[in-house]
Amino acid sequence: MSNHSSLRTPSQRIAWTATIVISTLVFIFLIAPILAIMPLSFSSGSYLAYPLPGLSLRWYDDFINSPRWMNSLKNSMIIGVAATLLSMLLGTLAALGLAQWKSRFKPLVLAFVLSPVVVPGVITAVGLYFFFAPIGLTGSYLGLILAHTALATPFVVITVGATLQSFDTNLARAAASLGASPLQAFRRVILPLILPGLASGALFAFATSFDEVVIVLFMAGPEQRTLPREMFSGIRENISPTITAAAVILTTVSVILLATLEGLRRRNERLKGSEG
Amino acid sequence: MTAASLTGADAKPEVSLRRRLKQAERARQLKAFALVGPLLVFLLFTFAGPIAGMLWRAVDDREVRQVLPRTVAALADWDGRDLPDEKAYAALASDIMAARAAGTLAIAAKRLNYATNGFRTILTGTARNLKAAPEPGTARETLGRINPAWRERTTWTTIKDAGGPVTGFYLLAALDLTRNVDGAIVSASPDQAIYRDVFARTFLISLSVTALCLILGFPVAYLLATLPPGRSNLLMIFVLLPFWTSLLVRTCAWIVLLQSQGVVNDSLHWLGIIDAPLRLIYNRFGVCVAMTHVLLPFMILPLYSSMKAISPAYMRAAASLGAPPVTAFLRIYLPQTLPGIGAGSLLVFILALGYYITPALVGGAADQMISYFIALYTTETANWGLASALGAVLLLATLLLALVYGKLVQGQQVTGGMKN
Repeated sequence: MSNHSSLRTPSQRIAWTATIVISTLVFIFLIAPILAIMPLSFSSGSYLAYPLPGLSLRWYDDFINSPRWMNSLKNSMIIGVAATLLSMLLGTLAALGLAQWKSRFKPLVLAFVLSPVVVPGVITAVGLYFFFAPIGLTGSYLGLILAHTALATPFVVITVGATLQSFDTNLARAAASLGASPLQAFRRVILPLILPGLASGALFAFATSFDEVVIVLFMAGPEQRTLPREMFSGIRENISPTITAAAVILTTVSVILLATLEGLRRRNERLKGSEG
Repeated sequence: MTAASLTGADAKPEVSLRRRLKQAERARQLKAFALVGPLLVFLLFTFAGPIAGMLWRAVDDREVRQVLPRTVAALADWDGRDLPDEKAYAALASDIMAARAAGTLAIAAKRLNYATNGFRTILTGTARNLKAAPEPGTARETLGRINPAWRERTTWTTIKDAGGPVTGFYLLAALDLTRNVDGAIVSASPDQAIYRDVFARTFLISLSVTALCLILGFPVAYLLATLPPGRSNLLMIFVLLPFWTSLLVRTCAWIVLLQSQGVVNDSLHWLGIIDAPLRLIYNRFGVCVAMTHVLLPFMILPLYSSMKAISPAYMRAAASLGAPPVTAFLRIYLPQTLPGIGAGSLLVFILALGYYITPALVGGAADQMISYFIALYTTETANWGLASALGAVLLLATLLLALVYGKLVQGQQVTGGMKN
């Protein structure tokens, strides 16, 4: 499969070594900032610099005992979970429909459904700000949940759609021929098979909402500030070590999401492998 | 006779069967579309509607018309060559008095001030000094005495141009253009012309970041695509972990690393390379480094998937035919990665164009991109027309590029490469 072990000429060996060296530097560039910020959150001093004067959990204590930070964490969870549920409902239905729908307008509809990902956040945020303000949806949880759902649903449509592409429709037909109603066939046959796709769609949706800050910046009142929003104003004013504690908490959430996604992928590959 | 009746008898059920099949298929298609329906309706309300509303605000111009209705009506058939007639002066005087009583004059003053700096003073000063409606036939003289600006043609063309109901004023302003006193489109005065610079800067930063991502991403994607799956999956973590880590965390991390007492400056000082801390952040360097870090995975993932699809047999074939490695790479491998390079570069460029958070946090005043000005005019100065016009230009650029991107990745799976 790989050809690096069979390199013969010196120039090939040099090129391969260069690839490895450059890639290693890029990997360091990618990962070092995230790793560098973590120990600072355990510092006993209040300066964001190395070497650490000592270890302490005082900044986590600060985070947990700050109503401002805890409220933002709560808001991120409420809005994230609600947007995930709503985008799962709308996105899964749409993916099921798109899988069966045959029309020359389909690419157009698909492009429209996916466009919230491409349109710059500021444009969506400004549009929503103008549109939601007169109907009282700015400064409300509902407004933010709806906006985050619009951003998250494309990921659900993509992931669930990808799962449906590899789904054998004969299984649904077999279920129908054995007397299952469409709903029964969906619940007992289709759903279990596309569940991994649904789960990764949900993870993408939650991550999108959990990380979103531009729309929150425009639309949230003081009550609805999310964790990234608090971090944004924290970074703007002055970076206290409490922000690094918040960063570690956010990163932990991403690692959990990523690990779950990787687990799902592995499981999927195993299932595929056992079929063949 | 028998033959005819036979075919007739045979044809009938066949036709109805075909029709029934068609009907069933149509019902199935209708059901399929009904499943997509809720999302379409939802997106109309939460996405398409708001954006259409924003675009409408870029050309909507009714403030002056609402506050000074008689003046706008009186100027409708003014040819703009000489000063308007007495009728327009009288209409303006009564409009100003009515607007002052209703407290709406500031709305028109704000809009007219966008077009001509200082118009606010002209209008509010006139309102203050206009004690009573001028005698019939003396409106021109009265207003001219209060403020000599009313004896100038440009003052009146400004009002006529702002008469609405729709205008190209904001869209022109977004491109540093304006209409002169004769209605021709000309470049705006240098003190007001800043947006071409902002657009050029936005493009330049996006282009630099795209180039950096390509240079850094290509070897990594190549390594990941060439290594055996076990090892490349392990190394993929280095790409996916930053990809999934919050944008705010990464931006915050760069500030911590690059500030004057930060890790990078301290290390350089400790190594004896520098004496005084370098300024690495709140400037263009910081913006490019942080944005490259954020967008690099969007380059690596499409490149990786395009390289993964290239069979190593081609390179072996080239080598067996006597091509030196460099030639084989340039003529066989590189052309096959072009779709991946195109897709990754376009994706990174599109995402970079609309960036707001990272430049806002790590850039200086001279590094702010177009999104910053859209946000500024929306929330701080409430110049919604200009904010919307700048947004319309950005949206147009993004959609055109997205169209090219769509053509490029048609048929390719891009699930991994999208996370805003």
